[in-house]
Amino acid sequence: MYKVKVFITLRENVLDPQGTAVESALHSMAFEAVRDVRIGKYMELTIEKTDQNIDEAVKEMCERLLANTVIEDYRYDIEEVVAL
Amino acid sequence: MKFAVIVFPGSNCDIDMFHAIQDELGEEVEYVPHTADSLEGFDAILLPGGFSYGDYLRTGAIARFSSVMAEVVKAADSGVPILGVCNGFQILLEAGLLPGAMRKNRDLAFICKQTQLKVENNTTTFTTGYENGETITLPIAHGEGNYYCDEETFLRLKENNQIAFTYHMNNPNGSLENIAGIVNENGNVLGMMPHPERAVDKLLGSEDGLKLFQSIVRNWRESYVVTA
Repeated sequence: MYKVKVFITLRENVLDPQGTAVESALHSMAFEAVRDVRIGKYMELTIEKTDQNIDEAVKEMCERLLANTVIEDYRYDIEEVVAL
Repeated sequence: MKFAVIVFPGSNCDIDMFHAIQDELGEEVEYVPHTADSLEGFDAILLPGGFSYGDYLRTGAIARFSSVMAEVVKAADSGVPILGVCNGFQILLEAGLLPGAMRKNRDLAFICKQTQLKVENNTTTFTTGYENGETITLPIAHGEGNYYCDEETFLRLKENNQIAFTYHMNNPNGSLENIAGIVNENGNVLGMMPHPERAVDKLLGSEDGLKLFQSIVRNWRESYVVTA
């Protein structure tokens, strides 16, 4: 089994209205040092081991469904785990 | 002329769309479920607004994998007029039938109100009933209508005259260059955030949307009936 963690964030040049709102809330809490807040998505996938190349499979999942690459960047960590 | 209204799980403007076509436009219309594997016999395809698949992941992201969408893509390639409104627009973007992507509204609020639009291109199959530069009133109702594309794509949209509608005076959602609706390069696929189907009778506050549907019918008749 694999445990896959997928992180999706808006691309750097894409305005993040949620991040901007949270940033100003942090400022109003007196955390004035906060310079930038970007909000993204985090997903955990548990994937069975198959003949398929896990890295290629996850990449395809990200490109075709999990991220919209017009506005989002993605990265992922794959960890092999022993099923209980 | 026969229209298809595609019904996804979570569509909620399908009935408005059906009403607009049957009762106000007076043309034939049928609901088609998201599981359909053929769109044969339909002369135009309408993707209604709503919250397909609960907007899980991203608006339109899951709907684009519905089996009917393969048929929509086929129909788009063969020149059938396809109109996606609101969630329908989001699905067209996710399916790659139109360029760009949707972000959350600039002010993060769901906005439901009448908006003023400017007709930027009255040469598309959907807009010939309007004057170029004409201001029309259509309602919007969306949380993610903040259209975005990269600069290269925007220049291409501009160059090919693919921007059909822009917000006039006041941009409600922060969309790039006030874009409210765009067509594909061939001009047969239109995606727009405002709802023409909710503006087909004075009782609804505006009837400016009816001309859009009338344009589709008139242009279809001209190319398929008059010349046949």
